[in-house]
Amino acid sequence: MALELPIYMDYHATTPVDPRVLEAMLPYFTKRFGNAASRSHRFGWEAEEAVGAAREQVAALIGAEKPEEIVFTSGASESNNLALKGAAEFYAERGNHIVTTKVEHKAVLDTCKNLEKHGWQVTYLDVDPQGLVSVESVAAALTDKTVLVSVMLANNEVGSIQPIAAIGALCKERGVLFHVDAVQGIGKTDFDVRAMGVDLASITAHKIYGPKGVGALYVRRSKPRVRLAAQIDGGGHERGMRSGTLNAPSIVGFGKACDILRHGWREEAARLAGMRDRLARHLTSSLDHVFLNGPALDSGKRLPNNLNLSFAYVEGEGLMMAIKDVAVSSGSACTSASLEPSYVLRAIGVDEELAHTSIRFGLGRFNTDEEVDYVGDLVVNKVKKLRDLSPLYEMAREGIDLKSIQWAAH
Amino acid sequence: MAYNDKVIDHTENPRNVGTLDKEDPNVGTGLVGAPACGDVMRLQIRVGDGGVIEDAKFKTFGCGSAIASSSLATEWLKGRTLDEAERIKNTDIVTELNLPPVKIHCSVLAEDAIKSAIDDFRKKQASRRAQG
Repeated sequence: MALELPIYMDYHATTPVDPRVLEAMLPYFTKRFGNAASRSHRFGWEAEEAVGAAREQVAALIGAEKPEEIVFTSGASESNNLALKGAAEFYAERGNHIVTTKVEHKAVLDTCKNLEKHGWQVTYLDVDPQGLVSVESVAAALTDKTVLVSVMLANNEVGSIQPIAAIGALCKERGVLFHVDAVQGIGKTDFDVRAMGVDLASITAHKIYGPKGVGALYVRRSKPRVRLAAQIDGGGHERGMRSGTLNAPSIVGFGKACDILRHGWREEAARLAGMRDRLARHLTSSLDHVFLNGPALDSGKRLPNNLNLSFAYVEGEGLMMAIKDVAVSSGSACTSASLEPSYVLRAIGVDEELAHTSIRFGLGRFNTDEEVDYVGDLVVNKVKKLRDLSPLYEMAREGIDLKSIQWAAH
Repeated sequence: MAYNDKVIDHTENPRNVGTLDKEDPNVGTGLVGAPACGDVMRLQIRVGDGGVIEDAKFKTFGCGSAIASSSLATEWLKGRTLDEAERIKNTDIVTELNLPPVKIHCSVLAEDAIKSAIDDFRKKQASRRAQG
């Protein structure tokens, strides 16, 4: 099969809708368009039934005890907001302290910042050079005022898989609620809310080959029964936790996407790891001064599809432009609105210089070995070309210690 | 934000990439920026007897706009007198390359590199005269 350009290797950002998912969704836009809250006619019943089936599919993927524990939302940002603000508001009499990490997604970090304005204390835990938080540091941060611990399942930039089960056990023991932002991990690594002692979990469809604009919050119903203060008031949908007419077509697609993963994610994860390792070998054997950011590829602590490399002496955005037929992302300042390099790379101790040279490859369901080889060749070729253009590479080769130079910061 | 054609052209076919002998008394070198900020430009000029820039070379670590700004600067420098070269403004580069606001600092850096190279050349000449 001929290679088609551009090539998408940014599956941490979003994924295309799987054709099987789209097929499942289509009837719910036109023929079966009913409002799942309409109790008085067939259109409503049909939609309600479809939403119910999807609820079961989502629940099954994450090991929820009952489908009713799934609250549909507009996506993981909303789920994270609902989990943190909803729990903070409902359990305010229990305390005023939240524990999280420095490498969470902005939807968690910014929600925490917002809660701090309302009198909450938040501990942002450091992570190690692999991006991992230690259970001991979580334990040490807990106080008698701690209401909630929020830790992501896997990091979106460097793929670190956090020790969720151990933190879950700790939280159970200490009687603290445990929220997991599971967006990047589900379908790529083990995740089971019951086995891991998770009370609240945020997930989204568009990272697992479902549509954008739909997600869910898992809210445990027993041992303990978790309550939340609703953040959107209205018709009392979703057990009163999230009002708003259900987005039935997208929810059906979300369910289908979960069902596909449940029946084959281990095989898919193994295939992705194979392609990822092949790309890594290709790049590191053909180029010098390439550094892996995050956990070792064979550590079992890294998402199977994640590869984050720093190509020293070549700025990330410059490289992305040179490989513009390949969609990847960079921790370079130039790609962010803030002009600050990635806070995740900074948190794991990557030098600012190297953070500017980082590229994140995120492999996914529709990538092929041919694409991996093409991307490998292209990146090698362009890194060499850009190093010929780089005054830093020339200076490094002349033996000049770049750190000894007085650079004028600008 | 899509890249514009002129920036792409300069990054795919950068003009005047290379290194001049920085010990040559007729060469001025400007090294500006910082690796920790994500862009470093080295711009060099070789000045002939009449004060005319005979050759200009650059190497840049940075994004596409930084590479394009310095590549364009070398094109503009060749054949100009030092006084003319000094009058190149970052806004001229912004206009020519159609840089968006978030990339204006790349053009500022290129202007700094030009000024720094001219400065370096003049200092060398002055110290030679002082010695001679």
